[in-house]
Amino acid sequence: MSQTQQYVIFKLEGESYGIPIEYVKTIEKMTEMTRVPNAPEYVEGVINLRGEVVPIINMRKRFDLPVPEEAGDTRTIILELEEISVGMIVDSSSEVLSIEDSAIDQTISLDAAVQDDHIRGIGKIDERMIILLNLYKVLQLEDSEKPA
Amino acid sequence: MDMNQYLDIFIEETKEHLQTMNEILLKLESFTYDKDLLNEMFRIAHTIKGMSGTMGYQNIAGLTHEMENVLDLIRNDELKTTEEIVDILFECFDQLEGYITNIEQEGNEGENQSEALIQRLENVRLGKAGGEIEDFQRKTMDEKSFDSLNPLTNIALPEHVQQAAENSRKEGLSTYFIKTSLEEKCMLKSARAYIFINRLERVGEIVYSNPSIEDIEDENFELSFELLLISKEDQDFLEKEVDDISEIESIEFMELRDGQMSPAMDQKPVEVETAAIGNEKENSGKEPSEASAISKKKSEGVNKGKTGKTVRVDIDRLDNLMNLVSELIIIKTRLEDADGKQDAAKVNETTEYLERITTSLHDAVMKVRMVPIERVFNRFPRMVRDLSKDLGKDIQLDMAGKETEVDRTVIDEIGDPLIHLIRNSIDHGIEGPEVRRESGKEINGTVRLEAYPDGNTVVIEVEDDGKGIDVNRVKEKALSKGLITAEQKEQMEDSEAVELLFTPGFSTADQVSDLSGRGVGLDVVKTKIESLGGDIEVTSKHGQGSKSVIRLPLTLAIIQALLVKVDAEKYAIPLNTIKEITTIHKEKIRNIQGNKVALYRNETLPILELAELLRVPPMEKEFEDPEHTVVIIRKGDKTAGIIVDDLIGQQEIVIKSLGKFLNNVEGIAGATILGNGTVALIVDTNSFFRKEGK
Repeated sequence: MSQTQQYVIFKLEGESYGIPIEYVKTIEKMTEMTRVPNAPEYVEGVINLRGEVVPIINMRKRFDLPVPEEAGDTRTIILELEEISVGMIVDSSSEVLSIEDSAIDQTISLDAAVQDDHIRGIGKIDERMIILLNLYKVLQLEDSEKPA
Repeated sequence: MDMNQYLDIFIEETKEHLQTMNEILLKLESFTYDKDLLNEMFRIAHTIKGMSGTMGYQNIAGLTHEMENVLDLIRNDELKTTEEIVDILFECFDQLEGYITNIEQEGNEGENQSEALIQRLENVRLGKAGGEIEDFQRKTMDEKSFDSLNPLTNIALPEHVQQAAENSRKEGLSTYFIKTSLEEKCMLKSARAYIFINRLERVGEIVYSNPSIEDIEDENFELSFELLLISKEDQDFLEKEVDDISEIESIEFMELRDGQMSPAMDQKPVEVETAAIGNEKENSGKEPSEASAISKKKSEGVNKGKTGKTVRVDIDRLDNLMNLVSELIIIKTRLEDADGKQDAAKVNETTEYLERITTSLHDAVMKVRMVPIERVFNRFPRMVRDLSKDLGKDIQLDMAGKETEVDRTVIDEIGDPLIHLIRNSIDHGIEGPEVRRESGKEINGTVRLEAYPDGNTVVIEVEDDGKGIDVNRVKEKALSKGLITAEQKEQMEDSEAVELLFTPGFSTADQVSDLSGRGVGLDVVKTKIESLGGDIEVTSKHGQGSKSVIRLPLTLAIIQALLVKVDAEKYAIPLNTIKEITTIHKEKIRNIQGNKVALYRNETLPILELAELLRVPPMEKEFEDPEHTVVIIRKGDKTAGIIVDDLIGQQEIVIKSLGKFLNNVEGIAGATILGNGTVALIVDTNSFFRKEGK
């Protein structure tokens, strides 16, 4: 019996990425952002999420993808990892998929903009390939041992 | 059984118990003997032992166990409280506190450092006259009975009983073999036995009895019967439980492991074993020391890192909070019902109501965070006691306003500055007994500590009736250290001279003791208090004593701030870091070696641009005002001016953290949410001084 996990799927520059659903708190539309000086370049700023100040990172900047002038209809996925709340701006996010653990290839070198160690595996489902992210690496958190 | 979830509670409760223990010890020292106090103390030691045993902290359990033994003798009049004993108990208290701190910070109690203390306690216990023999007799008796029981070691228990015992052990419970003998003259054997069994059944489960329960009930037995009890309680507890049943000749408890009987006469190893079983059930069969070593390792791994901060909240306050929240919900419904245009008046009314509720809610939540300052004050009697002993001064500590409440954050931070001030009073302020007698004062000096709320602030006063601050000596010292010039010295007012004490590197003690006078003086105190948003003032009357008044904000979560604009961005500057606001003409700002400096009130003032410090993207400006708006900030006695584009105004702001993800952003202390729902960042002005200092 293979285990199945649910992933929230989002798109960036045409590629599909997946995050385990348990880390996702909400998905928000863009709201007014306050720039944070002296923060890493990919940190877009902080927003007021129902009374809580949440930092937002731009996934395009994080993965060195071109950042379009007009943001368009982007979405912000609010994640909650342990005690850390952080939002990531993605192109779009609209589905949740169940991927069996057996359908995840662990090591594959892929010509994506994403660095290898940011990827936990490639999930295959219905002829699609979903890049599953290691959130701890992406967010540059110290504890990279934990599975993301 | 995962103990981690209880860790916070354990720490909190143990701290409370230790606090009480501290108070009792102090009282014991002055009254020497009070049965109630001793009973209380004994109870605390026992409780801590029980709790730490369950949590698997054997060092604490071991130490408290021995303390308990000694205390037991004292309260039974078999041992007299001497200064030596109180001193040892104080040391035990320190050691226990050390363990708890270790648990709090590292997640484990650390190395066993109490061997020597336990030894000393044992010496005290055995060094007594009358009780010793009795104790010895009990021991030999125990040993005898143990010997006589030895052939039974491999008692043939029915398989299902063994199985039950085995299973319960896996759940972290202990199995005891209990052999009870009734007195020969006992009339109603079955009734006695029934009481005995009944008591035990309240604290555990009896899985086996010989003869059977039916036979016991039918009085179908001689004088003794044997039971197998599964319980989560430790042996001491069980012993206490059945202690007072009369007409019982003897009760023997033995803890059972792996279907074998093990003697549980010597109590210390049992402590260790129960602890080990509680924590590491798979290892219950192994040697106790080994098992405990493993359990220790395990707890190290699991509990790494600090434990969370907790606040104990009065249930009334929570109820109040709950009430306010339900009112909030009612208002919400009312607003939902209100139909925009028609009910304009109703909406207005409801909004006003809402305003009132939010204010009360704010108050209520703040109250939840408030802790009585008692927590900080309570450690001082002990400190004063130790200090006056060391210095040979007779000092009395008067404390008032212990119940004054302050924010939890303040509580954590204010301890050190207060210690410093009290030490100063004792070390520098209060004279030796000889000097006091000569100057016609009472021989014992007094340090008075008082806290009281005053509007939106809390005031803490430290006062002593010592010699006060010798203003002339302060001036001379400052002169010799080059802090002031001879001319300044002549003109200086007394109050200004007292201020000199807060200058870094100033210390007036003739003798450098290890208490104070190491040069890290009052300036540290001042910096700390200022970082809490408060201030300190010292007044002194020569020959009559000195008084320090600390004023602290009630809470740190809400502060007054100045909102400023830098290009399109808004920032908040905490009001307590601002000295003044002024305008400086562009031409008056000079560039000296790459640093901008202006002459302001005849002093050079370093000028920084907020836009530059915070890397604000420059904006096209239609015209540039030659007059710069400058906010002058201060840190200690350093000042600097920061140029902002515009002032928005003063506002009460709620401090929010930026979260762990962005916890170390330079120049930013936090964030706040403005009235329009956007986030404004709070400027960390202190970090600018670091930069400027380079």
